[in-house]
Amino acid sequence: MIEELANGDSFIRRLDPRGKIVVVFLFSMVVASANRLQVLLCALVLGLLIVLAAKVPVKELVRRLIPVNMLILFFWLFLPFTFGGEPLLHIGPLAVTREGLLYATRITLKSNAMMLMLIALVASTPISTMGHAMHTLGIPQKIVHLFFFTYRYIHVIYREYFRLKNSMKIRGFTPKTNLHTYKTFAYMVGMLLVRSFDRGQRVHNAMLCRGFKGNLYSLSKFSFKKGDIVSVVFMLTLIILLGVLEWKKTI
Amino acid sequence: MEKNDLIIHLQDICFNYPGSPQVLDRLDLKFYRGNRIGLMGPNGSGKTTLFHIVMGLLKPSSGSIEIFNRPVKTEKDFIRVREKIGLLFQDADDQLFSPTVLEDVAFGPLNMGKSRDEAMDIARNTLNFLGLTGFEDRITYKLSGGEKKLVSLATVLAMEPEVLLFDEPTSGLDDRTKATLKDVLAGLDLSYIIISHEMDFLDEIADSIYSMDNGKILFDKEVHVHQHVHAHPHGAYNHEHN
Repeated sequence: MIEELANGDSFIRRLDPRGKIVVVFLFSMVVASANRLQVLLCALVLGLLIVLAAKVPVKELVRRLIPVNMLILFFWLFLPFTFGGEPLLHIGPLAVTREGLLYATRITLKSNAMMLMLIALVASTPISTMGHAMHTLGIPQKIVHLFFFTYRYIHVIYREYFRLKNSMKIRGFTPKTNLHTYKTFAYMVGMLLVRSFDRGQRVHNAMLCRGFKGNLYSLSKFSFKKGDIVSVVFMLTLIILLGVLEWKKTI
Repeated sequence: MEKNDLIIHLQDICFNYPGSPQVLDRLDLKFYRGNRIGLMGPNGSGKTTLFHIVMGLLKPSSGSIEIFNRPVKTEKDFIRVREKIGLLFQDADDQLFSPTVLEDVAFGPLNMGKSRDEAMDIARNTLNFLGLTGFEDRITYKLSGGEKKLVSLATVLAMEPEVLLFDEPTSGLDDRTKATLKDVLAGLDLSYIIISHEMDFLDEIADSIYSMDNGKILFDKEVHVHQHVHAHPHGAYNHEHN
């Protein structure tokens, strides 16, 4: 579930969220398109430093990195064997290629660097502020609304799911590998969808009653201060440096 | 009553949900300024439907609606109605959608064209009025049931309506929150209709109690004095009901 990592005060927390979003976006673009290992390593280190500066507790950090790395683990199971190239060693009938290993390493570095940056962003910005910042950055209203409502109602839906699950449990339901189980789960998912749809309708009605005309207004005022300019320029310089390293192939 | 005081005037309203029998059947209602009405009726008798028709969330299949002596038909007409009539939903989770309490309470005033600062002031004052000082930055989904109910009331009151429609405001509330709600209602200079299944609650805050049955409102104008003999645990001790 989405929980805010609202942990005290950090320098990054006080920065203008718009600057943060732009920096994370550009960072992700550059890292996603970079291929040199040196560049990716630098990006990873940069991400780590930023996360540390945002004072994200290590336990929370690890908990959030696990799902991504589980996926990457699968890449490590297949990529080294399936990628064409110069064979390094043989395991039974399978050959591990140099290119495959490099490719998997790149994916690992890239995703972790980006995840670290995103975690730092989320950890240092309240979700509502983030939505309003997205709005002032010119991101379409519909996407911002989707973002808001997903955040607000994912908890309600989760509780609804929990209630359904409990009501199944108290009537003696234990999941097994049989048709009854599949059918029950299908009912539950269907029920959740229908209920969420109904909920959506009721929320919309409640909003109409309060004069909703398609606009969400923000109460937070953003101001771009000196510290923001300095940090954004600093980060942009680092990102450009990463880009130059990639492009010029120096070092 | 003078015609100017007639706020809600429903005539011959019929309504049915697709594929279901008639919920409202040639319903008539005259609601005047200053009225404080309790509305009772079995589940599915169309109480909530009636509220939704007044707010323009549902369109009746026939009949006419006049609010503040003006016929209302289109969505545009109802936008003006919603600025004067507030509806408190049964489930507070439907009403509170903003991440923080302050944002949610300021939502209505902002929609009515108030500036950011005005809206924040109104929201703060409304919260203070309801004894919710210090709730501004609380996260809406983390509030308790009673707190959610009071904050939803704040979101409606912040629009300074002339009429309030309450859909089962006491369901799921403990006695303390119920008492708070009662105090708030007693202190408001508002006209309202309250749907509730709690006779005791309605008795204290409503001037007249109507009931709904067979898609119509039954106006029970007379007050019947009667006594109940009832039994419940701890009944042997002297006690009062509220």
